[in-house]
Amino acid sequence: MLRYLIRRLLWAVLLFVAVTIVTYIIFYAIPADPARLACGQRATPECIKRAAHYLGTDRPLYFQYYKFFGRLMPFSFRGGPHLKEPRLGRSFTNRQSVNSVVAHAAPVTASLVFGGAVFWMLIALPVGILSALRPRSLLDRIAMVFVLVGISAHPVWIGLLFAYFFGFKAGLFPITGYSDFFAHSGDTSAGPVQWAYHLVLPWATFAILFAALYVRMIRANVMETLNEDYVRTARAKGAPEWLVMRSHVLRNALLPVVTMLGMDIGIALGGAIFTESVYGLPGLGKTAITAIDSFDLPTTQGVVVFATLVIIVFNLIIDLLYAVIDPRIRLS
Amino acid sequence: MALLEVNDLKTYFRTDDGVVRAVDGVSFSVDKGQTLGIVGESGSGKSVTCLTIMGLNSKRSAISSGSALWKGEDLLTANPRRLREIRGSEIAMIFQDPMTSLNPVHKIGDQLSEAMRLHEDVSRKQARARAVELLKAVGIPRPDRRLDDYPHQFSGGMRQRVMIAMSLINNPDLLIADEPTTALDVTTQAQILTLIERLQEEFGSAVIMITHDLGVVAEIADDVVVMYAAEVAEKGHVEQIFKKPHHPYTWGLMGSLPRLDADVERLVQIQGQPPSMLRPPTGCRFHPRCPYVMPICKEVDPELTAVSDDPGHLQACHLDEETKDREAAKLLAGMMSGQTAS
Amino acid sequence: MAMQEEMRQTALELTGDELLVAQDLKKYFPVTRGIVFQKEVASVKAVDGVSFALHEGETLGVVGESGCGKSTMARCIMKLLEPTGGKITFRGQDITKLSRAEMRPFRREMMMIFQDPYASLNPRKRVGFIVAEALQVHKLGTDAEIKRRVQELLEVVGLNPEHYNRFPHEFSGGQRQRIGVARALAVNPKLIVCDEPVSALDVSVQAQILNLLKDLQRDFNLTYIFIAHDLNVVRHISDRVMVMYLGQVVETADRNSLYQEPKHPYTGALLSAVPVPDPTVGRGRKRIVLEGDVPSPMNPPSACRFHPRCPRFVEGRCDVEEPALINRGGPASHTAKCHFPLERWPLTEAEMRTAGTAGTTETAA
Repeated sequence: MLRYLIRRLLWAVLLFVAVTIVTYIIFYAIPADPARLACGQRATPECIKRAAHYLGTDRPLYFQYYKFFGRLMPFSFRGGPHLKEPRLGRSFTNRQSVNSVVAHAAPVTASLVFGGAVFWMLIALPVGILSALRPRSLLDRIAMVFVLVGISAHPVWIGLLFAYFFGFKAGLFPITGYSDFFAHSGDTSAGPVQWAYHLVLPWATFAILFAALYVRMIRANVMETLNEDYVRTARAKGAPEWLVMRSHVLRNALLPVVTMLGMDIGIALGGAIFTESVYGLPGLGKTAITAIDSFDLPTTQGVVVFATLVIIVFNLIIDLLYAVIDPRIRLS
Repeated sequence: MALLEVNDLKTYFRTDDGVVRAVDGVSFSVDKGQTLGIVGESGSGKSVTCLTIMGLNSKRSAISSGSALWKGEDLLTANPRRLREIRGSEIAMIFQDPMTSLNPVHKIGDQLSEAMRLHEDVSRKQARARAVELLKAVGIPRPDRRLDDYPHQFSGGMRQRVMIAMSLINNPDLLIADEPTTALDVTTQAQILTLIERLQEEFGSAVIMITHDLGVVAEIADDVVVMYAAEVAEKGHVEQIFKKPHHPYTWGLMGSLPRLDADVERLVQIQGQPPSMLRPPTGCRFHPRCPYVMPICKEVDPELTAVSDDPGHLQACHLDEETKDREAAKLLAGMMSGQTAS
Repeated sequence: MAMQEEMRQTALELTGDELLVAQDLKKYFPVTRGIVFQKEVASVKAVDGVSFALHEGETLGVVGESGCGKSTMARCIMKLLEPTGGKITFRGQDITKLSRAEMRPFRREMMMIFQDPYASLNPRKRVGFIVAEALQVHKLGTDAEIKRRVQELLEVVGLNPEHYNRFPHEFSGGQRQRIGVARALAVNPKLIVCDEPVSALDVSVQAQILNLLKDLQRDFNLTYIFIAHDLNVVRHISDRVMVMYLGQVVETADRNSLYQEPKHPYTGALLSAVPVPDPTVGRGRKRIVLEGDVPSPMNPPSACRFHPRCPRFVEGRCDVEEPALINRGGPASHTAKCHFPLERWPLTEAEMRTAGTAGTTETAA
């Protein structure tokens, strides 16, 4: 088990280095100079040169990456080994600390993704299980139509549709903006209620694709497990149907769902970009798009680093969790 | 009164292609402490017969008729609650594949005690003690230490022992064993058969042994039912079936079996394939493969009738008794003549 | 005494006209462990020193329980797996080290039939194509000739030649196994390795396939290696039989000799475990029930690998000194790997348990 964990961690580090290097190389390959952009319309060669020096883009690529990596490490050997705060650098465009940019955007995206995940599981679990228990029933057929629509429709289109009907026409929910979960004193525009109110439409938009995928997966898993020999054994023992379902069917059928959920959080982070754009949420996706548009390498890299870390950590947690709930993994 | 009396049992399955007649009018009975062997090839309906008795067929697609009287009470019409009471407590079942019949995510001890606690109001501790006792009875070494192991930590033979322990935990009156040794190696099969025989003596349970292996039936059954295409072809005491087989299908089964104690250059083979139960043959279902087929066989399905001078021996074939006596004697003589001196 | 045994443990006596000879064949699968770099920490000795010789037109039966290495051995002979050690000679030529390309001419002469008639046929290809594939690979004839040959083959194995264009799923299990046989026969091989060809089939269909294999052997002078776990089936089809346990041959003999006078206690246990379809015979005799399971081939028991389960185990001998596979009485070609071979057959349980009584090698040697 420990051996397995160490191997996973080593792979995670390797993956992390590879992802950041690739981002650097892509930026290097793009024929745009952040220093020229920094100097505006009437850039003089001196201004560009000064800006390049200031931003550090006049140094070779490997050196830039080395500096970036050094800043990122939570420890340093300069002046004796000591711990320090890992830093993502400063934005090319407005010199803001990327740490604080990410720190502001991350809660928004986290709210969207995790709230969305809860939303889609709330839909997918009951619908998937019920349609597996009653195949070809009316509910099952409706669920299958939902799956088809959910998988085929693009989140931007769904988002615009929701914003138009539920937001603009019906006026039930706000169609733009974000509200903090934690209210500062005297601020009535924030707080959990406002937060959830602002996020209802983004959550629904975001959750539809995944809900569809999960309904299909849960339905298939449950149907497969219902045919397992050990389920028949449980019935042959005289177990009542609810116990058969809980202890023998669902326990086994939902095991792979846990893994899928871990892997899909990564995909979901990518998908969040669309939803954030439609509803104007200041999350990581929107930050990354703005940064890419202005060739702001540190900010882009900061979002990439952060997202990669989150995904890696999630996969690790899921692997561990899986080992806890599946004895076959734990004990082999 | 017989322990279990099955009368004209039918089970049909609705499928996309039509109605499959998996069991089509099967009758037999099992007495206390007796062993009944049900033999047949795959698709003959022997497993479905027992799943129907246990009420384990999918309710969505299976339709059953006839009756299965358990101590006089019809299991087919019993309410689900009563059926659950009987399952696992009065009638227990073990299955073919021990690798997939135990739940991989639960400990062996929990699966065993679940079987007991579903039927008896005992504490967790008492149930575990009983589980250890049973595991010991089926020959699992150091059973107290194995309770917290998971199924994948056991070999196939050991898992089948666990299944047997689980089925016996409530002292059932009847144990239905559905091909319990088919997936196992021959030395493990010997272990399991010896175990079932020994436990049957110890617990006094009746056993229904479903198998395709005539050898297994010959060794442990008292009565034998030979099934072909969802119907009973022949039934009787084991001596009657093996010493005086009365149905061409039984002859075919016996002749097609290579044996350790007899030498034959060519095996008797039954031509063709078992029929599809979507569209079973008219008349006698065996007629397309039968070497003795007569015009009447294609039209009239033979009734299961008693063999004269052989009480308790029933068969379903139009052939006259004289021919049958002659052919059966020829078959047995053929196997005898090839029998090697030992 | 040990010296004598060693001296009698000669390599195979070869006459030079064998079709296939395997000498000390070994196949080890490495077990690796490591965080970044995988290093070999152990090996599964799936096949560990198997030797035999096979003449043209003969059938060698190989029996043993799952995990005894019989299928791995077959795959090594077919060169589907690279043997770890030993030598395979086919028609006098050493084929052990041949490359894929060099093996090609030999592939025509040795074919294989597999256990699962459902999994071993490509479901997306028509039967005609499946049977013709080897002919096309070896470029044996024009398209028209190949088609004629395929229809002929289908007829030979008892299928309707008109069914040339059907897919495997349109056939039953027994018919699919016939297709497998036709495929193996297509290029007129000398040797066919049958790996559990009837164990997935119903009894009545099994008899059809066994009869077919026997007829084909007679008509085309085929040589078979027939692997099965069913002792009845092996007895029916084989001329010689080899019993394997944990990667090694424990006994080999002519069919009648092996089944009538088994020498190795494992063979005895196997034979007594087979249910006899005769209620009077079957109930009268006693099964020799072996204790426990087959040990792991990763860490096989010392000396005689059967000793932990053997009813005649003698401490200080069986767990210390590995017995040789030599003649232990009976016909010269009957060899057994046991210090205390069975004196006669059948034995009572008590006789089974007392080793070293009169008639064993102890006194004979």
